[in-house]
Amino acid sequence: MADINASRAFVRKEMLPEKTPPVAEAGALKWLRENLFSSVLNTILTILSVFVIYWILSHVTGWVVFGIWDAGSLSECRELRDARYGEGVSVACWSVLTDRWDQLMFGFYPSELYWRPILALLVFFVAIAPVLFDSLPRKMLLFSLAAPFICYWLLWGGMIWGPLAVAAGFALPVLVSRFGAGLLGPLGTTVAAVILPVLYWLFAAGPIAGALGSVLPIGITFIESNDFGGFMLAFIIGITGILLSLPLGVLLALGRQSDLFIINKFCVFFIEVIRGVPLIVWLFTASILLNYFLPPGTNFDLMLRVIIMVTLFASAYIAEVVRGGLAALPRGQYEGADSLGLDYAQSMRLIILPQALKISIPGIVNTFIGLFKDTTLVVFIGLLDPIGLSNAIRATTDWNGIYWELFIFIGLCFFVCCYSMSKYSQYLERKLRRDHR
Amino acid sequence: MKKSVFFGTLAVAAMASGAVSAQSMLEQVQARGELLCGSNTGLVGFGAPDANGEWQGFDVAMCRAVAAAVLGDPNAVEFIPLTTTTRFTALASGEVDVLIRNTTWTFSRDVDLAFEFGGINYYDGQGFMVPRELGVSSAMELDGATVCIQTGTTTELNLADFFSSNNMSYEPVPIETNAEAQQQYLAGACDVYTTDTSGLAATRASFEDPGAHVILPEVVSKEPLGPVVRHGDNQWGDIVRWTLNGLISAEELGITSANVAELAAGTDVPEINRMLGSEGELGAMLGLENDWLVTVISSVGNYGEIFAQNIGEDTPVGLARGLNAQWTDGGLLYSPPFR
Repeated sequence: MADINASRAFVRKEMLPEKTPPVAEAGALKWLRENLFSSVLNTILTILSVFVIYWILSHVTGWVVFGIWDAGSLSECRELRDARYGEGVSVACWSVLTDRWDQLMFGFYPSELYWRPILALLVFFVAIAPVLFDSLPRKMLLFSLAAPFICYWLLWGGMIWGPLAVAAGFALPVLVSRFGAGLLGPLGTTVAAVILPVLYWLFAAGPIAGALGSVLPIGITFIESNDFGGFMLAFIIGITGILLSLPLGVLLALGRQSDLFIINKFCVFFIEVIRGVPLIVWLFTASILLNYFLPPGTNFDLMLRVIIMVTLFASAYIAEVVRGGLAALPRGQYEGADSLGLDYAQSMRLIILPQALKISIPGIVNTFIGLFKDTTLVVFIGLLDPIGLSNAIRATTDWNGIYWELFIFIGLCFFVCCYSMSKYSQYLERKLRRDHR
Repeated sequence: MKKSVFFGTLAVAAMASGAVSAQSMLEQVQARGELLCGSNTGLVGFGAPDANGEWQGFDVAMCRAVAAAVLGDPNAVEFIPLTTTTRFTALASGEVDVLIRNTTWTFSRDVDLAFEFGGINYYDGQGFMVPRELGVSSAMELDGATVCIQTGTTTELNLADFFSSNNMSYEPVPIETNAEAQQQYLAGACDVYTTDTSGLAATRASFEDPGAHVILPEVVSKEPLGPVVRHGDNQWGDIVRWTLNGLISAEELGITSANVAELAAGTDVPEINRMLGSEGELGAMLGLENDWLVTVISSVGNYGEIFAQNIGEDTPVGLARGLNAQWTDGGLLYSPPFR
């Protein structure tokens, strides 16, 4: 045994300190080698890509960064540019944005009343917050219910009694189901809860609001829809379409799965017809065809017509997305709900829809983003959305000939909105993930 | 529920309209207190909103003139922007009272679409613009050229007619809007840009170096532009027609926005007296105030003033009067007499 020990000249007693890895195997250099220069082909591609990126940036950056912000017209822009950078240098003329900022944002809305759409947007954010983030107090949802009426009143103005009278209609179904149940029976209650508010809105709400208005004229200046434009118009059409199309789409999806013959066939017909025709055709229908059906001299607000069409169009898409979610649920979920003794409404509300909607989130948000961008199509029926306004701005002698600056700005604004929607949907998906944890 | 609201609105609208249609257009407009004028969504010099949202332009001034005649207030106009697709249905369905939107007077529009043109406020025609460096001096030298052309307009048809009747070939580059055409033309995607000469002039004025482009002398089509109303109310048509004639006659007779108030007191020219209401009852025959033209001219000026202010040679658009000069100056403007 001693032999063995003696034959070993050196035995290490302590651990060696860690050495830094070779230069090529650590940090940025390793990352570069592995990801960008791992083979000859990749090296060539990397160099090519860097060159392309450099080429694009070298052309665009100067144009963007050295852009001129303080001119009053395109010709003035060119004079300033010649004075600052020498003749013929290509720089952006961002002054069109500063000059027409109000118009791009608000259209022809009276400038002394800009606080109203801004306040309406704030109200919208406060109202939507508890819906989007469940860490906020649930009491805020009461405000969310009132928000559509507040926003409407802020945007269009007029007597406060109009929105109030319409809002009061929503109390009718509650009253009917609370006090009329014994009198009418379950079916009668349901029918009355649907028909009474409709009758109220059609025939009573207007006169009531008028009468109240003549007694107590509380109101703010009325603004016509024709004065709406720019991003305000895009937001109003987009947000209203998004908010209304989701519930409508869910109802249509449930209707399409229903066993009730008429409801089922109606939903299938509605979805297929609306979805099978391009949006632009529906917009033309709203703006042109309806005029032939309506008697001359009637003024059925064009913006309202557009909002209705956009909502119906998006709801057909949402219906199909939600139907996909419903179909993805295993049969056991439906049967489990039945076996617990839940009725149809309860099983949908507590078991089926929460799961189906969770599955459908990417599709729903996809539809919303598409809907929001599609609002620019209203330019073809003469509404002055941002694209329409860019045409109008270009048609003044001051700014005739300006092109990219407006489109880049409009594109950027749309990107910010759509990207935030996309980010929120990813957050929601992560939050709702229940599997593989 | 949405649908019922929708159809309910239709029904209510139908009931409401029964009362409305009995009135004449003039009564309707006066009861509303506002003229609904179908205008361009934006055409340089002819109609566009400025930075304050005020509509400005040659066609816009015509709208204001009609409003001044009917309502006594040139600002009592609501401008409804219409595209080429929506303009005729908007007029036919009564969404606008009058369409003043560089609309060419053609047989089929007048007869088949059941409209009435209230005269011609601008004589336009299709022309060609080429870069000066091409060295082209006549449209007859354009054989084999690539041409930027807006799709779906009469200019497209005129272009085909012109080239085939002169045994020349061309390659069309279809584009959608005037702004797009400018970019394509400047980027060299086409040798020639063709549209109405007024549009060419406005486009060229916006270029960095207008001198590097020439508008060829040939005008290959007739584009008489004018205000349009619906068939069915001749009194309304007369009002629009004679407002335009009044503007033209005013220039011919030397009535301007500056001197109209003075002339309205009475002059020794009988026609001026009849127009401005110090003699005869011409205004009353139209159903308007007797001094209606005084209001019109004092608020928007005469034809020459409107032209000079919006598209004349001192503006960036820089159009010469050309065909749009008075007949006494060799142009085509010739108003029937006020008698």
